[in-house]
Amino acid sequence: MKTAAFSARNRKEMIRDPLNMAFGIGFPLVILLLLTALQSNIQVELFAIDQLVPGVAVFGLSFISLFSGMLIAKDRSTSFLMRLFTAPLTAPDYILGYTLPLIPMAVLQITITFIAAAFLGLVLHFNVLLSIVVLIPVAILFIGIGLLAGSMFNDKVVGGVCGALLTNLSAWLSGTWFDLHLVGGWFKGIAYMLPFAHAVDAGRAAISGDYTSILPHLWWVIGYAVAILIIAIFVFRKQMSSDSD
Amino acid sequence: MLAIETKNLSKRYKTKTAVDSLNLSIKQGELFTLLGVNGAGKTTTIKMLTCLSKPTSGDAILLGDSIISNPFAVKEKINISPQETAVARNLSVKENLEFTAKIYGFDRKETALKVQEMLDTFSLAEVSPNKAKTLSGGMQRRLSIAMALISDPQILFLDEPTLGLDVIARRQLWSAIEKLKGNITIILTTHYMEEAEALSDRIGVMSKGKLRAVGTTAELTAKTSTGSLEDAFVSLATLEEATG
Repeated sequence: MKTAAFSARNRKEMIRDPLNMAFGIGFPLVILLLLTALQSNIQVELFAIDQLVPGVAVFGLSFISLFSGMLIAKDRSTSFLMRLFTAPLTAPDYILGYTLPLIPMAVLQITITFIAAAFLGLVLHFNVLLSIVVLIPVAILFIGIGLLAGSMFNDKVVGGVCGALLTNLSAWLSGTWFDLHLVGGWFKGIAYMLPFAHAVDAGRAAISGDYTSILPHLWWVIGYAVAILIIAIFVFRKQMSSDSD
Repeated sequence: MLAIETKNLSKRYKTKTAVDSLNLSIKQGELFTLLGVNGAGKTTTIKMLTCLSKPTSGDAILLGDSIISNPFAVKEKINISPQETAVARNLSVKENLEFTAKIYGFDRKETALKVQEMLDTFSLAEVSPNKAKTLSGGMQRRLSIAMALISDPQILFLDEPTLGLDVIARRQLWSAIEKLKGNITIILTTHYMEEAEALSDRIGVMSKGKLRAVGTTAELTAKTSTGSLEDAFVSLATLEEATG
């Protein structure tokens, strides 16, 4: 009941912010449209829709980190969290309260991206649904990043870290805009040490029916998600018992 | 039974002592004001009593429960309206109240009753569907206090409740606080003398982390041989500063 009440409040706060909706849903769709339009004017198959859409969906999830991080950071900066910390709520109430409303939002965002792609030529079949499911752990990873950023930084820094740094990292180091194998070298090495390229590759493997390639990439994502969530929970709990004046 | 009893409650940071061996007893139903300039230790005291910050040493017993050994039980009996207005900005006035009631464990029926009671008590019914961020500063502060009261706390902490409000909003808030007197124990912090004088049963003067004196306005002025609370406060704060 308490967790549900807190989740409901967080969901309302996020969906009632028009900027959240504009960036979270609108921006990935604009990117999808632009790159599809670009593809139709070039001879080389650079942005095939079935390869592009998992990447754009992963890129879109970086905005989920921004939403969650901003909400937590704002709650901290406005003393709202101080009020809540005097309430008889436990650490799991807070963490689940911030995390749970973001999962359906992330799934909805991914689904809308895939539906939009269907209008641009993506053939809808079982593997598309599988790709959406495969991207759910990716959503958890981005929610964890938001929770961590919001627990560590103020809203301005969260805006910079999640709004600028994370969106760029998830764009350039995910292989969405260009083939990382073509770039190769240290760039590819770094990209595959981070979870973003693995997230996109897992989504692509699912959509193309290459089932055996899904899990090797997904483990990277799950590993990062678990590690970041554990760190985020640790930092958040530390904030709860903060002794700063 | 005492509502609050502190025993050598202290909070020390690396370079300063924010609260120094605070010994204080507050009766149930009393409106007790902690008066002091910025940095006197009022907010740190409130943070310790509301279990937001652990004391470096000492303890406080709130209605029989220790803030150190049983903070969860303490949290069920208290509520706070923080210094900065703490409302959910994109939620309506009614939703803010409902949300607070639910996190304190009220069921749907109880929540509806309590929400209506708070809307009436704090004259918020007219703005009930409005988003909190659209309210004036005074209205937001009233909502903040209503959110603190909706859980039926036995002890209510009001940290600088009228800071930054205009005269009219301040007087309206005083009127709301006066209605609560006697029903619950209220700990108010302020640095406005007239506020302390108008609302308090007793006043504790804090300066540099120490409780310099406790009493009614008449007792404090008599103790310092002054004619007003402001003079008494200045006398207590500066005299003790001079002597350390």
